[in-house]
Amino acid sequence: MDASTTSAQGTSRRGFLTMLAMAPLAGAALSACGTSGPSSSGGGGGGDGAASMWYLSGQPNEKIKTDNLKAWGDANPDSTISVDFFQNDAYKTKIKTAIGAGQAPTFIYSWGGGTLASYAAAGQVLDLTSWFDDATLKGSVLESTYKAGTVDGKIYAYPNENAALILFYYNKKLFKQVGAEPPTTYDELLALVDTFKGAGIAPIALAGQSRWTSMMWLEYFFDRVGGPEVFDAIFAGTADAWSNPDALKALQMVQDLVKAGGFITGFESITADSNADQALLYTDKTAMMLHGSWVYSGIKNDAADFVADGNLGWFAFPPITGGKGDPKNVAGNPAQYMSVSSKATQAQQDIAKAYFTDTTNGIMSETVIDAYVASGQVCIASGIEDKIAASEDKDFLQFAYSAVQDAPSFVQSWDQALSPSTAEALLSNIDQLFSLSITPQQFADNMNATIGQ
Amino acid sequence: MTTTAATRTAASRAPAGGASEHRSVKTGSVAWMAIPAVAFFVLFGAVPLIGTLVLSFTQWDGIGAIQWLGGGNWVSIMTDPVMYKALGLTFGIMIFSWLVQTPISLLLGVFTAGTQKYRAFLAVLYFLPLLMSAAAISIAYKALLDPNFGLAASLGIPFLIQNWLGDPTLVLFVVIFVLSWMYVPFHSLLYQGGVQQIPRSMYEAASIDGAGTVRQFFSITLPQLKYTIITSSTLMVVGSMTAFDLIFVLTGGGPGNSTRVLALDMYLRGFRANQMGPASAIAVLIVLIGLGLALFLRRLGGKDANSSQMEGL
Repeated sequence: MDASTTSAQGTSRRGFLTMLAMAPLAGAALSACGTSGPSSSGGGGGGDGAASMWYLSGQPNEKIKTDNLKAWGDANPDSTISVDFFQNDAYKTKIKTAIGAGQAPTFIYSWGGGTLASYAAAGQVLDLTSWFDDATLKGSVLESTYKAGTVDGKIYAYPNENAALILFYYNKKLFKQVGAEPPTTYDELLALVDTFKGAGIAPIALAGQSRWTSMMWLEYFFDRVGGPEVFDAIFAGTADAWSNPDALKALQMVQDLVKAGGFITGFESITADSNADQALLYTDKTAMMLHGSWVYSGIKNDAADFVADGNLGWFAFPPITGGKGDPKNVAGNPAQYMSVSSKATQAQQDIAKAYFTDTTNGIMSETVIDAYVASGQVCIASGIEDKIAASEDKDFLQFAYSAVQDAPSFVQSWDQALSPSTAEALLSNIDQLFSLSITPQQFADNMNATIGQ
Repeated sequence: MTTTAATRTAASRAPAGGASEHRSVKTGSVAWMAIPAVAFFVLFGAVPLIGTLVLSFTQWDGIGAIQWLGGGNWVSIMTDPVMYKALGLTFGIMIFSWLVQTPISLLLGVFTAGTQKYRAFLAVLYFLPLLMSAAAISIAYKALLDPNFGLAASLGIPFLIQNWLGDPTLVLFVVIFVLSWMYVPFHSLLYQGGVQQIPRSMYEAASIDGAGTVRQFFSITLPQLKYTIITSSTLMVVGSMTAFDLIFVLTGGGPGNSTRVLALDMYLRGFRANQMGPASAIAVLIVLIGLGLALFLRRLGGKDANSSQMEGL
């Protein structure tokens, strides 16, 4: 081989190597841009119906929605709505990607708040304000639920389904075993942690890997210690709002609870999507769990006997000594929010409007409301006190319904209220806070840096 | 093979002056055959890569309009301790994965290259993990390692009841273990193929000279596998740079940031926090580092990588 051949060989080798090395990398970058989470038939705005919807998988609501859309399709054969189901965490990512790519379904399901505001700012969802000139439609659900679906005074989503307040569940069997009563103050709750640990029972179940589960604890600690003003200041973007002394105290209390062994061993690796945290409660492995009101119907579905035998108890987050928050304040999601894509055709918009207003087969039809109540969820339809009183779950529903109605302040879930980028920073820092890898002060500093971004 | 073809093309274009007309025609037809591969590479490799590079200089939330930003994303990435932690973790996983996977794959590959029937049978069992997707493996391990409902708790083996995925230190080794479990079969397959390429006559000559099995392994098998080792190591190293799916499902980057590797950091920034700019900057960084490492490993093969190892045979 002469010299020129050797040098040419070197070049070509590098060229080949470049291809070899870059192909998988670029492939990874590409696949990250594509679908994430379980993909299903029909994606995008298409599907085989005249309009399309993406919805969360998981019973009982998956079945309720399936039945509802089937009834709608049977009554309106020219205006059918196709539906695809996704797991909660996967959905949140997929819907954002689809909207960004202009492939959103007709109906955009969300939790309102900051995420909805980012859709509205990008002009991706329709301004539905004029639809709610119809007093019947406007009055069909509780008035207070519109707040999280409204951006700059315009209604971008119809609040529907159920309110989800966060409350404590407890295993009555285990409480009886150690002779304990539900705590009425946070100090009593701390004492219970020791009692249960002494009896070899894990005190509290927590699906820490899902992160928003840990966030529910912070929402209540912030509220009970400093009142709703602390988060209101954060939400309003006040500088250094996270280093409010009450906020720091609340953050410290969380870490103290982790250090005291309040949460079950391995909570950092438990995910909520698999309902493993709920299973811990009804398989008598843990005594308590702080979770959303939707869990009641989930446990009823997964462990019917446990609920039927009266082993499932519940109580509100107890007051903290010296705290400023009203113990009646609740945190959670005021409702679910259904928006309409601005990419929807006029025909699809008409279908959406009809689906919202139809009380026989529509989104909040009598059948659907009955189904929500029957499954033990806190439906936000107005004037359903009679239905609740007649329900077999009336103990739980009346507790939850009155908690929502009587709450002086309803804190919307932080990750939904805040903008998506702040919410991700928040969840990431909460994860580190609960795994004790950052101090409360570091948490506050990290989060202060996100204010005003 | 591709190298040889490319070499010939390059050689024929070089101003050597001696290339015959006949040879040019022949190499032309060979280059034509690369068009489908090149087209795929440009479409799915080069174009997205350039798109990512452009995005790294913009501000985009994935939903609204894309705005030009300049070097802002790069400054924020390069001053972010989270990125450096992710980079460190990525290299940690890379090095440990290589240290664990290479010896095991090499030995398994040599073992399964044997002609005995039972070895062929065992090889089938060893290669089973190849049939499973990373997500399925993650979900299975997650269930097995669950401290409350997992294998150890069900069988009541106290030693195995550890906070495998919840302890910030332990979790890293669990990730390396599961990654190794998943990828060792693939690399064993590479080594098995490599060993089967070594001429029998070398071993026959060695045994006549009185070399035992161990001596044969170190004096014949290992040197002959030089390029297989380089190929396998390149795949491991570049693969570690982009390790995402398994870790995402197994730990989601947690607890805290203790398994938030670079590829996961990129995903979380881009698709969870809606910050496509910084995420793209990290993606470009991954490409650059991966490319550098791959070139470095290639250099280890020596200047005359294409020279024969079988002189005299």
